[in-house]
Amino acid sequence: MSFNIIVLAKQVPDTRNVGKDAMKADGTVNRAALPAIFNPEDLNALEQALLIKDQHPGSRITLLTMGPGRAAEILREGLFRGADDGVLLTDRAFAGADTLATSYALSMAVRRIRAYDIILSGRQAIDGDTAQVGPQIAEKLGIPQITYAEAIERAEAGRIRVKRRLENGVETVESPLPVLITVNGSAAPCRPRNAKLLQKYKHAKTVTERQVEHIDYIDIYSSRPYLNLTEWSVADVDADPQQCGLSGSPTKVKKIENVSFQAKESKLLTGSDAEIDELMRELIANHTIG
Amino acid sequence: MNNIFVYLEIEEGRVADVSQELLTKGRSLAAQVGCRLEAIAAGAQLDSVAEQVFPYGVDRLHIFRDPRLSPYTTLPHTSILVELFKQEHPQICLMGATIIGRDLGPRVSSALGSGLTADCTSLEIGDHEEKKEGKVYKNLLYQIRPAFGGNIVAWIVNPDHRPQMATVREGVMKKEIFDPHYRGEVIEHPVADFVKEEDFALSIIDRHIEKSKVNIKNSPIIVSGGYGVGSKENFELLYQLANVLGAGVGASRAAVDAGFAEHERQIGQTGITVRPKLYIACGISGQIQHIAGMQESSLIISINNDPNAPINAIADYVITGDIETVIPKMIKYYRKNTK
Repeated sequence: MSFNIIVLAKQVPDTRNVGKDAMKADGTVNRAALPAIFNPEDLNALEQALLIKDQHPGSRITLLTMGPGRAAEILREGLFRGADDGVLLTDRAFAGADTLATSYALSMAVRRIRAYDIILSGRQAIDGDTAQVGPQIAEKLGIPQITYAEAIERAEAGRIRVKRRLENGVETVESPLPVLITVNGSAAPCRPRNAKLLQKYKHAKTVTERQVEHIDYIDIYSSRPYLNLTEWSVADVDADPQQCGLSGSPTKVKKIENVSFQAKESKLLTGSDAEIDELMRELIANHTIG
Repeated sequence: MNNIFVYLEIEEGRVADVSQELLTKGRSLAAQVGCRLEAIAAGAQLDSVAEQVFPYGVDRLHIFRDPRLSPYTTLPHTSILVELFKQEHPQICLMGATIIGRDLGPRVSSALGSGLTADCTSLEIGDHEEKKEGKVYKNLLYQIRPAFGGNIVAWIVNPDHRPQMATVREGVMKKEIFDPHYRGEVIEHPVADFVKEEDFALSIIDRHIEKSKVNIKNSPIIVSGGYGVGSKENFELLYQLANVLGAGVGASRAAVDAGFAEHERQIGQTGITVRPKLYIACGISGQIQHIAGMQESSLIISINNDPNAPINAIADYVITGDIETVIPKMIKYYRKNTK
């Protein structure tokens, strides 16, 4: 038994390590100051796919991402860890997409890929934290979904058994295939890059990357087809441009605020013994503590 | 028609706190736009739901009773909401930003082609102008949430699509009885008209509910640590102080991401919202998404070696120093003064 698996991944700005230069003077986000990374929970999803492939040799993992040209970086990152091929969905028409327009575009790309048994993605991306795109793709494809997955316990012909995390416990569910599963950060971490795969896929590129970088040893791309990363536009996946990007997004951003807090009169203390002694006495006297 | 709907989460016959909070918010939004408040209950044990929710000012309660609807699974609950909304055309739909709400909300929004905003920290009613088209929309729902890792706050609107959907975390809104004698109408729907047999394709094999070990939501005192605490070992200091004060221990998202504390302790927009009488922030810089979850604390002490940490702006006491020196002193002088 082998499975066709699609892993959905996103390249995100690393919002967890926001430095002082992350915001511009006008209060907008300085994306250039933030490193672009493989969305952490999408790596957990990739690991679940790799574990299925370990147990069911012959299974095939396709990594699918939507984003600008440089998002091809995470496709290579996935190949270095054991994915079989990568697809970049990229087009100006996708710009400004909210979760609904994003899920429409990705669902069209999934339809184009081939027969699939299991679609895996991270629970949510750290730049939006919405957790919406996975379930919305499942709905558009008309397949069941399992969110907050922590471990795939068993995959067999036509069925899958998954343990998922609840707020106050765990639940084991069984679903028919095909199914879309979103993987929680509490699942197994992704294995590191494999040195052999790193050598093999180091020069894997999309067609745009090859043009931009003026690569002249073009022959290797015809002799080694696995180095060609697939690149698709709106037209390639037969998507309706009206349903993509800003025009396909029911939600609009009315405004963005860089919030400044109502500053209080703070008492400033240096942390000397006398000051802490005084503070504790004050808090005890007014019944805040004690 | 065009009313405000709240999806109720029900566990063993009891309506969840987050749903009660949303009913309270829904009631005030309904008063502002001049519509009615409706609630949806789908499950098995629903006998006491009406008496639980009517005091929040629910005008109509939609009941879907079937043993297969509890525990929650995605597809049948989705079908219920989608079909009901096709009949009722709500203008607003609110759900908890819980594991259920975040599973159900996007599925329903995709089926209806309507917009959904996750983890809102504030909901308001107001007008909106699309300047390009010169169109003015009256009484839209402003869905306000920190975004981009909590570094900015975004105001989202859905001008053209209905319902306007939003999820809100537990504890963000306050629950308040509207009128203890309020009575609305109960509508029992035939489940078979809404749900298809194939919606039950997914089966629950096993379910373990554990009482959460961490319960800081109702702690009157919280000692909370951020990335600046530096390590899991240093977090021990926070536990020591909490122990002495009888406090709970919380953490910022950065501290949780760094592995210093468990996820259940995360305070902020994507964690828990708390309102203790004393909040001691240790090594927390104060991203918006964290402050959204603790700014209503009565008294805030910030301990930070950066005198310019943003959280200091909302703190009542700012202690500039390392937690390794300040916390032991707090323990020492608390003990000395309570003897």
